[in-house]
Amino acid sequence: MLAYIVRRVLYAIPILLVINVITFALFFLVNTPDDMARMQLGTKRVTPEAIAKWKAERGYDKPLFWNGAAAGAGRFTDTIFFEKSVRLFVFDFGRAEDNRDIGNEIRTRMGPSLALAIPVFLVGLAVNITFALGMAFFRATYLDFWGVILCVAMMSISSLFYIIGGQFLVSKLWHLVPISGYAGGLDAAKFLALPVLIGVVGGVGAGSRWYRTLFLEEMGKDYVRTARAKGLAESTVMFRHVLQNALIPILTGVVVVIPLLFMGSLLTESFFGIPGLGSYTIDAIQAQDFAVVRAMVFIGSVLYIVGLLLTDVSYTLVDPRVRLA
Amino acid sequence: MPVLLPTDALLWLLVAAGAAFGVVSASREHLAAPWSRVFRSRAAVASAVVLAVFATVGLLDSLHYRPRLPSADPAAPPAYAVEVRSVLDALLAPLRTRSEKTYSAPLATRLFQKESVERPDGTTVREYPRLAYGGAQLRDEGDRGRDIALRAIAGLAGAVALWWLLVAIGRRTLARRWPRVPWGAAAAALGGILALAGPAAGLASGYHVLGTNQVGIDVLYQALKSIRTSLVIGTVTTLVLLPLGIAAGVSAGYFRGRIDDAIQFVYTTLNSIPGVLLIAASVLMIQVLIDSHPGAFETAAQRADMRLLALCAILGLTSWTGLARLLRGESLKLSEQDYVQAAHAFGVSHARILARHLLPNVAHIVVISLVLDFSGLVLAEAVLSYVGVGVDPSTTSFGTMINAARLEMAREPMVWWSLAAAFFFMLALVLSANLFADAVRDGFDPRVRV
Amino acid sequence: MRAILLLAGVLAGCTGVWNDPYPASDRGRNILYSAFTERPKHLDPVQSYTEDEAQFTQQVYEPPLQYHYLKRPYELVPLTASEMPQATRGRDGRTTVYTIRIRPGIRYQPHPAFVPGNLALSPERIAALASPYALPLGTRELTADDYIYEIKRLASPRLQSPILGLMADKIVGLADLAQRLRKFDTRRQDWLDLRKHRLEGVEKVDEYTYRVRLKEPYPQFLYWLAMPFFAPMPWEADRFFQQPGMAEKNFTLDWWPVGTGAYMLTENNPNARMVLERNPNFRGEPYPEEGAPGDAGAGLLADAGKPMPFVDRVVYSREKEGIPYWNKFLQGYYDAAGIPSDTFDQAVRVSVGGDVSLTPEMEAKGIRLRTSIDPSIFYLGVNWLDPVVGGDTPRARKLRHALAIAVDWEEFISIFLNGRGRVAQDPMAPGIFGQRTGAEGIDPVTHVWRNGRAERRPIGEAKQLLAEAGYPDGRDAKTGAPLVLYLDTVGRGPGDKPRFDWWRRQFAKLSVQLEIRDTDWNRFQEKIRKGSQQLYILGWNADYPDPENFLFLLDGPQAKVAHGGENTSNYENPEYDALFEKMKNTANSPERQAIIDRMVGRVRRDAPWIGGFHPVTYSLSHAWLQNGKPNNMARNNLKYLRVDVALRERLRREWNQPVLWPVGLILALLVASAVPAFMSYRRRERKMGSDQHFGGSHA
Repeated sequence: MLAYIVRRVLYAIPILLVINVITFALFFLVNTPDDMARMQLGTKRVTPEAIAKWKAERGYDKPLFWNGAAAGAGRFTDTIFFEKSVRLFVFDFGRAEDNRDIGNEIRTRMGPSLALAIPVFLVGLAVNITFALGMAFFRATYLDFWGVILCVAMMSISSLFYIIGGQFLVSKLWHLVPISGYAGGLDAAKFLALPVLIGVVGGVGAGSRWYRTLFLEEMGKDYVRTARAKGLAESTVMFRHVLQNALIPILTGVVVVIPLLFMGSLLTESFFGIPGLGSYTIDAIQAQDFAVVRAMVFIGSVLYIVGLLLTDVSYTLVDPRVRLA
Repeated sequence: MPVLLPTDALLWLLVAAGAAFGVVSASREHLAAPWSRVFRSRAAVASAVVLAVFATVGLLDSLHYRPRLPSADPAAPPAYAVEVRSVLDALLAPLRTRSEKTYSAPLATRLFQKESVERPDGTTVREYPRLAYGGAQLRDEGDRGRDIALRAIAGLAGAVALWWLLVAIGRRTLARRWPRVPWGAAAAALGGILALAGPAAGLASGYHVLGTNQVGIDVLYQALKSIRTSLVIGTVTTLVLLPLGIAAGVSAGYFRGRIDDAIQFVYTTLNSIPGVLLIAASVLMIQVLIDSHPGAFETAAQRADMRLLALCAILGLTSWTGLARLLRGESLKLSEQDYVQAAHAFGVSHARILARHLLPNVAHIVVISLVLDFSGLVLAEAVLSYVGVGVDPSTTSFGTMINAARLEMAREPMVWWSLAAAFFFMLALVLSANLFADAVRDGFDPRVRV
Repeated sequence: MRAILLLAGVLAGCTGVWNDPYPASDRGRNILYSAFTERPKHLDPVQSYTEDEAQFTQQVYEPPLQYHYLKRPYELVPLTASEMPQATRGRDGRTTVYTIRIRPGIRYQPHPAFVPGNLALSPERIAALASPYALPLGTRELTADDYIYEIKRLASPRLQSPILGLMADKIVGLADLAQRLRKFDTRRQDWLDLRKHRLEGVEKVDEYTYRVRLKEPYPQFLYWLAMPFFAPMPWEADRFFQQPGMAEKNFTLDWWPVGTGAYMLTENNPNARMVLERNPNFRGEPYPEEGAPGDAGAGLLADAGKPMPFVDRVVYSREKEGIPYWNKFLQGYYDAAGIPSDTFDQAVRVSVGGDVSLTPEMEAKGIRLRTSIDPSIFYLGVNWLDPVVGGDTPRARKLRHALAIAVDWEEFISIFLNGRGRVAQDPMAPGIFGQRTGAEGIDPVTHVWRNGRAERRPIGEAKQLLAEAGYPDGRDAKTGAPLVLYLDTVGRGPGDKPRFDWWRRQFAKLSVQLEIRDTDWNRFQEKIRKGSQQLYILGWNADYPDPENFLFLLDGPQAKVAHGGENTSNYENPEYDALFEKMKNTANSPERQAIIDRMVGRVRRDAPWIGGFHPVTYSLSHAWLQNGKPNNMARNNLKYLRVDVALRERLRREWNQPVLWPVGLILALLVASAVPAFMSYRRRERKMGSDQHFGGSHA
């Protein structure tokens, strides 16, 4: 097991390198350092000297990939690419273009992101499983039929409508929760109630349908037929056998999502003014802040790879027949 | 002067391919069987009718031309406008040209905001001015209720007549040819659509049925134009997605070894980059490319179209991994099958094995994911346009309508009709796509039996 | 059962509002709530130049002069100076010297930099701090040295000041200092002690007096003295924030301003909120005793003579989206709304109201609307270097005049700004000396004065002019090809499409084809720099209320392509340039007005700008906010404001009662929908039981 994990970690390093190159290339094809400087310096009275000074301070006055003027190894290392990327691997993200420390920023923003993502995840999981179980239990009745229709309908509504509509109804018309904002500690509950509700409602359609399929598949298996033939009550069959066995694919499917919870939901955070990592990313894209974008891509990739690893490991743990090579 | 935009070309290519495939599979039993299973479900038939209506609107909007400018001198060479129009624009000419000054509510006779109007006696009052076209035929506004009712009923009558006609024709032709298809559901769906479209058409002759937007353009017209954008994104993306996904997935599963490792490396890397960032960066890059070569595009419409095409390509490039993974798993299983092993032993070339044994047997997965992806892509476009990295702002799409609505909802009093229109049209499109996709999945994957 | 009673009790006990975004402990306190949409990037007075930043820096930093809060047109009055500085000529007749005397007895806000022990902190100690204010605090008196130190900072190689170029041309010795510092400061590791470097043009006379020497007469210099660029900066603060370890915690002057103003910035989280607290060491500047006519009637002089500030704390929350911002204002959680933005690309705009007057619903809430015309101008510019529309030929001029008549700015203002704007008749701005109003102020090329109003000339005249220019009916008279013009602008926002459609419609009135080339901001700037635009839209926001700050935008030596200046249309006319040189240094007088009239006449005839508009800022405020008056030149308005806290609490509670019946309805529906499921379950179980009883199999 340990050898497998080590091997996977080593395998991840070239992936991260390639990701770094891709992000770098994409970003600098879009923005030259001149553009980034102008973005940060504002609109009035921006002189070429100010731009040159800005670039020099941040190391953007060097060539992108290859510095022919330097000697030896300097040709590789004395470039923007090398200098900006190599420190990522020690999680030193440096400073954003406006000189705020990125690492600090990420640490502060992780809290709100998680405070939103974890409840959505847990409550959503519980609601989806309950609803799916209900539909599977009442399969082939009108309850199942209408349940499926409802799920498909809810799935077909864009999350934007849920957010806009939810905010309008719950906050504006009914004055039940604050429209937007965030506070630390226990006060966060009143700010997160609506975003969590919207997150759960938005995901019910797709999630319940998928789990219903899994449950139905499970219920079609032989052992279930045997259990029923033995005379077990339907509810016992459902809860004791089907649920437990169907939970395996469900849980292994969601494990990959867990690390990504850190990244936050971009839309929800933006609309509800929650200062999390998601809104940090969106702001950075719109402000063309490469340092932040690069950091967020790196973190996202690391978390995704960790998620994949966790999925594989959990497969082994829950299903003893699976052995990792 | 006809104009062939790149996305038009691709869309019609897809239509031709689909039609060809339809003709070919009609004669082959094993290809037609799953489709006849699909069309035996009532939900599938009803949603297919709805999708067909959407597709018709979208395709009519994909025949573009540049209108000729009127010239006083008949001998002079014809000059064409810079504007690019489509056949749908020509058909909906009244909706397009009758624009007001600014916002107006659905079926309203007056603008949504007050203006200083000068009375004939020289005084100025602040009041809601009458619309130039909406309800302009009414002399007395009290008649509005009756006028609306009359027009709606006229439209409904026309719709009912049309429905009878179509059902009669259908009964004689289609129902005879394919008796097992539940045509009743199709008739019901058609009836539903006509019941909405008929009165709308009747009312559109005198009013703005869904109101007008900030520059006074009819919202119904905008919604109809957005259909094409959604259609393009949902279908053209697959043109990029399919070849990549199939090639990668099947080769990885069939050849295994180094090739499998390489392909897995590629799609793990691609998947690791957070999707939004990848799409955002790519879209921005393409936009810069477009902006730096202004000479390559003659009109703004062509620039916007190129961006739409680029968006489809980028979405395709970032979402082929799901299909590839599915196909890899399936190909791995299929390569172990006896007949494939036998073909190897006989010395059959890889190409033939892939073409004759593997591809046909994974076709059902391809079809299912194709249809399933459609609704996901339409929804993704809305979110991307909202974030600002979707279609060009000059292209009408549901995403840009929602985006504009974001600012409109902040007005006091609120402007809700743009958002409502986008909501209903999107819901209709995505819901029917989802229902159809479900039926396709059930038809193609016989293991799922409820 | 007990649980239900408890729940009911809790609900009944919650007589307060549920949707209050602020902590319950803050209710009823003397706090002002506002919002900011753009994250301020720099709060260092040397670098800060945008309005979003001015909102904060101008409350903390006190330059020698300020604008009078109430008087209009805007006039300068002393702030920390004891009187208005006078200009004296130097010995050689060209240099001008300003002697600035500051008031004694002004003290800084409490700040750790003034405690000597805090200037040598260990990095570990710094890393443990939550904010600089966690350290022991001290203060001291303001001296002239601090003003001199700040001026030297303009030249610091570690900072980027947007006005260094301009000031280096004006202040003696500043360019030289900048060069010397650049050569000296190569290591960049420890504190750059600017006290050790001499700035020739600025000298200290005594503890409270200093002198600035300018290379040539520059009457507009006084306006710069009202901006934070010339506020005082204590050297201790510079030293404090440059200690190793400070930058890692974001403790820099860019984020933690230090000043003598009425407020101090105690909490700085530009992604969530920023908090200004009352400066306990503030000297208590009295509220102005006189104002513009009409102010007394509006109740703006009720607090005359009282020591400011009146509000203890100001909390700014970050609001990125328009809808939440607007709705929270309507619910009473922001005391005022309407933030003027000086970014000319797409910023978040809160669109409000159907027109200039309020809806009855808002009036019932007691919301007040105040408007003021911005000293800004948005214009449709013509690139003078373009062969089709630019240049000094009669053909091009007639074409420009035709376009000027055709573009209906009145309609633009009505549709896109809800009437909040005024059509620009000349390249200046309202409220600034030199602009004529009424019948004498109209642009005779585009308007006529009729019925006491300026009316746009009929489109027929424009068509006539177009035909005379050689493009009858929008076609080239010689070749018959349609005339296609290009509008370069910044796009990429949600509100673009309606505006672009409108632009096309304007040109279509003349049968001219318009192609819009919209790009993002960077690409647009590039086009302007290279001079590859044809028609373009830009704006300018006044730095100070002097006509020179507008007319220089058309000055030849300022041409963008040739000299890298701010004249984006590259307009060059020797007569105009000569008049500009004369006008620059003339004081406001009939003579100056005459020169300006001639310049404006020249510009109208040449039409390098095809019309434009002056935006109007609206400010909405609730009934409980007093002493608010829109001020476009200065942002240091917080000290004048007063909040009626009791009224606010009462109205907030009234407007925000939670509506609970829909929740009850939804819960009831959910329960109702679960009932048939439950019954079906019971039925099935009973059936199974009976089946079992009779021994049947059930598969």
